[in-house]
Amino acid sequence: MEIFRSHVLICAGTGCTSSRSDNVAKAFERLIKEEGLEREVKVVRTGCFGLCEVGPIVIIYPEGAFYSRVDEKDVEEIVKEHLVKGRIVKRLLYEETLEKDNIKSLNQVDFYKKQMRVALRNCGVIDPENIDEYIAMDGYKAIQKVLTEMTPEKVIEEVKKSGLRGRGGAGFPTGMKWQFAYNSKDDKKYVCCNADEGDPGAFMDRSVLEGDPHSVLEAMAIAGYAIGSDQGYIYVRAEYPIAVKRLQIAINQAREYGLLGENILGTGFSFDIDLKIGAGAFVCGEETALLNSIEGKRGEPRPRPPFPAVKGLWQKPTILNNVETYANICQIIIKGGDWFGSIGTERSKGTKVFALGGKINNTGLVEIPMGTTVRDVIYEIGGGCPNGKAFKAVQTGGPSGGCIPAELIDTPIEYDTLVQIGSMMGSGGMIVMDEDNCMVDIARFFLDFTCDESCGKCTPCREGTRRMLEILEKITEGKGEEGDIDKLESLAKNIKASALCALGQTSPNPILSTLRYFRHEYEAHIIDKKCPAGVCTALLQYVIDEDKCKGCGICAKNCPANCISGKAKTPYVIDQDKCIKCGTCQEKCPFGAITRR
Amino acid sequence: MKTIQELEEIRNRTLEKISIRKERQGTRVVVGMATCGIAAGARPVLLSFVEEVNKRKLQDVLVSQTGCIGVCEYEPIVEVYRPGEEKVTYVRMTPEKVGKIVAEHVVNGKAVTEYTIGSIDK
Repeated sequence: MEIFRSHVLICAGTGCTSSRSDNVAKAFERLIKEEGLEREVKVVRTGCFGLCEVGPIVIIYPEGAFYSRVDEKDVEEIVKEHLVKGRIVKRLLYEETLEKDNIKSLNQVDFYKKQMRVALRNCGVIDPENIDEYIAMDGYKAIQKVLTEMTPEKVIEEVKKSGLRGRGGAGFPTGMKWQFAYNSKDDKKYVCCNADEGDPGAFMDRSVLEGDPHSVLEAMAIAGYAIGSDQGYIYVRAEYPIAVKRLQIAINQAREYGLLGENILGTGFSFDIDLKIGAGAFVCGEETALLNSIEGKRGEPRPRPPFPAVKGLWQKPTILNNVETYANICQIIIKGGDWFGSIGTERSKGTKVFALGGKINNTGLVEIPMGTTVRDVIYEIGGGCPNGKAFKAVQTGGPSGGCIPAELIDTPIEYDTLVQIGSMMGSGGMIVMDEDNCMVDIARFFLDFTCDESCGKCTPCREGTRRMLEILEKITEGKGEEGDIDKLESLAKNIKASALCALGQTSPNPILSTLRYFRHEYEAHIIDKKCPAGVCTALLQYVIDEDKCKGCGICAKNCPANCISGKAKTPYVIDQDKCIKCGTCQEKCPFGAITRR
Repeated sequence: MKTIQELEEIRNRTLEKISIRKERQGTRVVVGMATCGIAAGARPVLLSFVEEVNKRKLQDVLVSQTGCIGVCEYEPIVEVYRPGEEKVTYVRMTPEKVGKIVAEHVVNGKAVTEYTIGSIDK
């Protein structure tokens, strides 16, 4: 057997792939061969390391050197210096790992220090297209334990004991869901996985599927054994081509090893999984719409009850869990429900993966124990807002969630505390906003999204979200009237109470939470006709300060709308009717005489 | 179809291959691999260390390279750092000497004096 003295791990997740990590990997393979090291050094394409901000990322073991922003052109230097001569190329290391010329281990870096990886344990460690590497990391040990030592009742008991709650957003206890499906007697049952991650800015599930697909397959087989099902479906969006490809490879490998299919491990238990590719409708992340879509029907929700655990796919008892929920199951089986229950807080157990995005220094994927404060995530792990701007709020739960304002930054991240402050756990998107973000505009953005994605089946959502969006657009265009806020509030209340599915019921949340914490911004737009953050262009004015203007004319020369006029050496004037508010004049003025207000 | 036993074999075999991918706190074996080291035959020495450490399943030992250690005359040079102890420098290394160093020094903490830089002058 070949032992390689060094492993070069290259992130092949979507983030790094889009910054051309595949070319980097190919360059490594080529140059390693040129140096005649191909039997000593192994190149591995892994899942996401999490620190997407500084990708493409390359980690070289045994030294554990963490190279960031690696370009194809840098590869030669790394191969010749590091791999041939053992000299780590310090200029390419992630800055934080270098302290006074000493290399710190990754666990000591701020971004990783407060994290705890359970669902992401194998992401960035194993080659997701190689089942043997998954097996080496205790893979398929949980299914083996379940099939040889545990009864279905015992499995459900263990999951209940762990306190695991659904990671897709609503937070329903997973063990209970399994129990309901177990209790429903029928000749056929189904196990489904919701991989239709649709929140803007969320990519937790994608990263699990890309980095550790087998962990989801194994957990689904365990769920199948627990409730008495022999068929699983993974509903994954077509917009995730890498995830789809790796899932299919993983399914094929598992079938080849007899870990899916008939008579698994010779125990008599049979279970197989098929992929269903979603066409990209947001509503298909809603459980009943998803099941309709798998059946080949339109992706529209059905009324509940009956719940899927009683009548789901093709009217048979069905469980539907999210990718991240499944990613925790095998660890719970191997290490026990008590172990999992010891992480996190009283009512929120375990860890949660978040996709950090927006106005944050360390964009990326983080996994933290429940109960970690928002402050730790934003400042300690995320490194705060770029360019020293002030943190204003963070949106969790995407279009169904709400914002957490700066004054509540010490809130621990738990299902219940987040709901109390008008937000929600959601699937894990965290969009950070700084002082330059207008909260009315943010609400408008999310409403625009839900309005587009409303399936049209029920009136409250189809018509209601449209009306709310119209009012918000009116406000951001400076045409807001007194009474608009009241109208928004009453619409929100009615839609919440009457929409058919969660998409509609939660669609007013971004408005309600921004109204709750940033009502003054709405009022400023409506009454004073001002956008305090300076985002809504209709409410902005660029004005030349007569005292500071030297009459050089640079602004007029650069104005794309030709709306600045004046005579040399006398103050210039902007024609407000023609101004398109592009800000070019302010940028170009050498004397700082132009202000936005 | 794989049996439970076959699965266990795959697990152990692959774990050996990928156990390199983690942070280690234990003994570090560093081989000088600058031009002088490579020319004097450092590469087979490095590979012998990797092989020996794996054969003995030493989980916390790191075998790594470094640049020129400075006494090109005595290459290939290998330094062994055991936590909390002075580093020991072995000189004019060959793959044949590796087994003894791993067995006596890396595992049992007793430096192989006859191969060290100190024994050269004598």
